[in-house]
Amino acid sequence: MNKMRSSLKTIKRKYFPLVKSLQTALLLITGIAGYMSARCPVHNIPTVLGLAGSLLLSISGSTVLNMWYDRDIDAIMPRTSKRPLSTGEVQPKEALIFGLVISVIGISWALVLDPLYGIIVFAGLFFDVVVYTIWLKRRTAWSIIWGGISGGMPILAGRVLGTGQIDWVGITLALGVLFWIPTHILTFSIRYHDDYKKAGVPTFPSTYSFQTTRLIIAISSVLATLAFGAASYGVGLTWGFMRLLVVLSVGLFVLAVQSLRSPSERITFGLFKYASLYMLSAMLLMFFTGI
Amino acid sequence: MKKISVLDRILLLFTGLLAAYQISFGINELNPLPTWSYTVGFGVLLVAGLLLIILGFEGLESQAVVIVSTLIPLSISLGLVAEHLPQYKYPYLVFAVLGFAAIAITRYTAENKTATIVLAVTHGIAGSLITFLPIILSIQGKVPAGYFLVGVAGALIGVGGLLLAFLKAGKPILSQKLILTVLPLLLLLMTTAFVFGFSFN
Repeated sequence: MNKMRSSLKTIKRKYFPLVKSLQTALLLITGIAGYMSARCPVHNIPTVLGLAGSLLLSISGSTVLNMWYDRDIDAIMPRTSKRPLSTGEVQPKEALIFGLVISVIGISWALVLDPLYGIIVFAGLFFDVVVYTIWLKRRTAWSIIWGGISGGMPILAGRVLGTGQIDWVGITLALGVLFWIPTHILTFSIRYHDDYKKAGVPTFPSTYSFQTTRLIIAISSVLATLAFGAASYGVGLTWGFMRLLVVLSVGLFVLAVQSLRSPSERITFGLFKYASLYMLSAMLLMFFTGI
Repeated sequence: MKKISVLDRILLLFTGLLAAYQISFGINELNPLPTWSYTVGFGVLLVAGLLLIILGFEGLESQAVVIVSTLIPLSISLGLVAEHLPQYKYPYLVFAVLGFAAIAITRYTAENKTATIVLAVTHGIAGSLITFLPIILSIQGKVPAGYFLVGVAGALIGVGGLLLAFLKAGKPILSQKLILTVLPLLLLLMTTAFVFGFSFN
């Protein structure tokens, strides 16, 4: 019993950090919110569990595969140098097999649940691992667009599983996530500018300037709030929830403008945190509407 | 500047959640003007609570805080006037807009004394309305007795507003540390009183 407990602890210590739990959880929540937004039979427990399980495995799988591919630059950047692949605690081959196995299980599960849903989940993984990480991340700062597109796939997939089709609401929800991603990633690239520079990864701050990056963050914040606003109308959010979303959107916009007017480390990272909170809140509103 | 503690963050989180509840469920079935007035008031409370959690009390250093925080009493008092004294809603709307503009302009252009007087007058009128109107209405029996809690919230908003206004004006009534220590609890009590008070309406 003790041996088993110890083995579980080791697995948790070695493999859990490969999954980026917070990011995975947030994307998983978007997928569930997308499903709930369809007001489909949300009490269909097997489908909800299938959605959560297949998305969790697919998103985790793509994260592990990204970390496997990026292990060389992760080792250079102080922020990521403590990751298990960088320290050698997990061998590259182990991580690759782990990532591939959970990805294949996740995608297969998704395809069995619903072929169209499965294709979208697969597209998310393909855009994230192949297009974003392997092909573009080290070549152009614009790679984040593909990172954003893959980030929008879980919410679109959830919506498709609920409605059985790709509709304008699902696409708008995915656009909301796509426009939200720069607010999230670019604030990160400003804060860890030196890290990315050291690793030779092109980012907006290094390719253009900090001020241009902040302008893009402000513009994408506005576009994200507009997309979520339009999608919320399509979803049929209650009037009270719509007002709440407007208030939170104004907060995001004001903070983005403030970071443009009086740039500072504190405001930049505050924007990063608020953007995450904004996304979580928007998803919870969709979720409660579904219930 | 005092560092924000875990307890402060928890109190602010509950403040934000109560404000979010009020926006979502507490102000339905009203006309557009009171609906949006209350939304702005509780919205500023919600976003301010979240920003304090994220940025800490250092977030209060900006001059913009004084201006934006004035929106809370101005918009809630406008909502009350529009709801209970509809014949005065447009004159009061004009007062609220002009008062807000005067605070914003004097904060950046006028000397400190003028800016403080403008702030105290505008804040004082709005705060008095929130404090006394619900109490008078409940004494007159025009609203349920529990509605007087909105007046209690008004008194708390007045206390908080004055403490912060004089602190920002460089003439603190209490020490900065003490004000920042009681601020999260004050905000939570105020929002709780508002939510419960409005629930009787």
